[in-house]
Amino acid sequence: MTTSMTDNAREVSPPATGSRTTFWLGVVSLVGVVALILLSFFVAPEDDDQHDAVRMIFIHVPMAMLTYVAFSLTAIGSVLWLWKRSVWWDTVAHGAAEVGVMFCGLTLFTGSIWGRPTWGTYWDWGDVRLVTTMILFLIMVGYLAVRSLDGDTATLATRAAVIGIIGAVNMPIVNRSVTWWASRRTLHQKSSLTDGKLEGLTLFTMMFGLVVFSIVMVWMLIHRFRISWLERQVSEGDLSEALIARRAEAAVVSSEGGSK
Amino acid sequence: METYRPGSHRCERLVGDVTPEDRPDVVVGAVAASVPRVSVVRLEAVVALLGRFPALAGVDLDVSAGEVVLIQGPNGAGKSTLLRLCAGLLRPESGHAEVLGLDLATSRAGVRRRVGLLGHDTALYDELSVRENLEFWAAASRVDRSAVDPALDRLGVSRRLHDVAVSKLSAGQRRRVALANVVVRRPELWLLDEPHAGLDQSGRDLVDDLVVDAAQAGATVLMASHELDRTVDLASRTVVVAGGMVVADRVSGSGRAVAGEGESRVH
Amino acid sequence: MFTDARLVAAKDLRIELRSRVTASQVVPFAGLVLVLFGFALDANKPTLDLATSGLFWVTVLFVSLMAVQRSTAIETTDGARRALLLAGVEPGAVFLGKATAVAAQLLAVEVVLIGGIVVLYNATIEEPALLIATCVVATIGIASAGTLLGALVAGVRARETVLPILMLPVLAPVLLGATRAFDDALGSVAVNGWSWLAMLIGFTAINIALGVLAYGVLLEET
Repeated sequence: MTTSMTDNAREVSPPATGSRTTFWLGVVSLVGVVALILLSFFVAPEDDDQHDAVRMIFIHVPMAMLTYVAFSLTAIGSVLWLWKRSVWWDTVAHGAAEVGVMFCGLTLFTGSIWGRPTWGTYWDWGDVRLVTTMILFLIMVGYLAVRSLDGDTATLATRAAVIGIIGAVNMPIVNRSVTWWASRRTLHQKSSLTDGKLEGLTLFTMMFGLVVFSIVMVWMLIHRFRISWLERQVSEGDLSEALIARRAEAAVVSSEGGSK
Repeated sequence: METYRPGSHRCERLVGDVTPEDRPDVVVGAVAASVPRVSVVRLEAVVALLGRFPALAGVDLDVSAGEVVLIQGPNGAGKSTLLRLCAGLLRPESGHAEVLGLDLATSRAGVRRRVGLLGHDTALYDELSVRENLEFWAAASRVDRSAVDPALDRLGVSRRLHDVAVSKLSAGQRRRVALANVVVRRPELWLLDEPHAGLDQSGRDLVDDLVVDAAQAGATVLMASHELDRTVDLASRTVVVAGGMVVADRVSGSGRAVAGEGESRVH
Repeated sequence: MFTDARLVAAKDLRIELRSRVTASQVVPFAGLVLVLFGFALDANKPTLDLATSGLFWVTVLFVSLMAVQRSTAIETTDGARRALLLAGVEPGAVFLGKATAVAAQLLAVEVVLIGGIVVLYNATIEEPALLIATCVVATIGIASAGTLLGALVAGVRARETVLPILMLPVLAPVLLGATRAFDDALGSVAVNGWSWLAMLIGFTAINIALGVLAYGVLLEET
């Protein structure tokens, strides 16, 4: 739908990260979040055991699932950067890591809040998923720390990609070790989804939450991707311009040399 | 123009998959024995980036076997980058780059093993003695360690220094040891970045002799230097680099190093 | 590949022996940490008994940070990384060699530390075989993951602070596993140490494989 007029305008004015797609994604996210709040606080029933505390499930569980989706994207992007030198995938990996760390932090945060009324404690060392997620969180914070170092983008991308892969490959072992370590004292409820305890509106609201937060994540990822892309363009400049500048040095020297 | 083609029995292996085990130790002379005009370095519009900076901005250079080429230019012109590229340490961003008949886009590992690079770093381990350092690098490069002592003698590193830790050497002595390290490898292509820097008069003369000998043995030498008086005379050709490009390329001096090698200078 | 690995390992160990950093700084540091833990836990016998294995492995993790920093510095100080590429040594072999050297140093420190926990914390070794096997496997795992991550921050200005951030979370399974296995070997907690050892073997195998595959990518980025 872009005419040549808008194309020209875009070249002159600084490009933005929004587009028609992200606009509508944003609108859907906003409406979805509002609907989710209404559903979870006013429509979904309270739990027999957990009472109102159960409502945390509508945020906590979708966030936790999406954390793992985001970090999987980072791992895939890391592999494709190292393998194909795909700048596109490297940018995805970076964006997904940032969004993932945020979702992961929120997962841990909402989990602690939820843990207080249901388990009577904010943090439980005996809990496998909690501890595993914490370790994953710390590894990915390391990933972002490497990304924030100064240096050339390609080198940093390679270094970060190796961490992305180390993190992903070590996850099964981390999970296994924490499982054994905590086996004597676990508090976390078994997956509520698979044992079929969730019914009707509660299940629906949780799935609805998953959909809403997925859209939020996609919306964030697109914006983050475009920001990285623009940052890259700014920091790298245009290679052809850099080449022209570099070659200008040559012209100066050769004219000096000629006059000697 | 012909590209570099060593004896046919080695051709297959040279394309990419040289394994360290079957790498030939002695390669000097193979070059001299082949057809007169062979390109050891062939660069066409090569761009190479350091980070995002185009240190080489379209270099054209063709160096034949047995040539001694002086690379000259202001600081930051891209001289060191050019040498590192030829050593197979940088990936060309665009253009076509061939060294010793191997494409730098795909076969950098094969190039690395056959060149000798003296950079600004000396790549010596402080805690180890001179001999231990050279023996380590010889073993790592699959060269017999018996080459170490002659190389040190050649560079005038006295015997009493052989077992001294490198950290105790003076800068000039350290430089000589680093040069000996290149000599041990017996490279087909010598890449010397400011080889005279930090050396006393006798050291500089030794460098000149080394270059002459290498060229006469059929190897090719590229050296970046500010020591114009000395090296213009030594080299057969001077290439001026500026802004990441070759801005002048001329036959220079007496070409003392290759004076006796008429057939390798047909242009 | 193994010839080159041995060459690199021998070189690194010789450099360590010459500089005597392990003997003169790392070992005293490790001993100091043990003493400080004793103070912190008020030298309370039952508490120390329960905590001994954990304190041992936390100390080893601290020491491993120092060892990996040093091991990385050897190659970055004077451009040796580039020279290794030029020599044509396989990056996987460099990785194995450097990891071996780090592991050897850590094992030497662990021998002293075991003496330390026996003397200072009054630990009794009930299953020497499990103890030794745990030390060997866990140490190789630490050295492998550490060597790879060390190469990852090589040449970075902030490496002293970034390396711990990267290494400690990745090594968390080693801390869990080796501590449990030690609990069994020292008889302080009734667990099946051998199954933990199996987990440690898994960790070590994964990280050796990762290192052999990924080290070259990092070595190229000079």
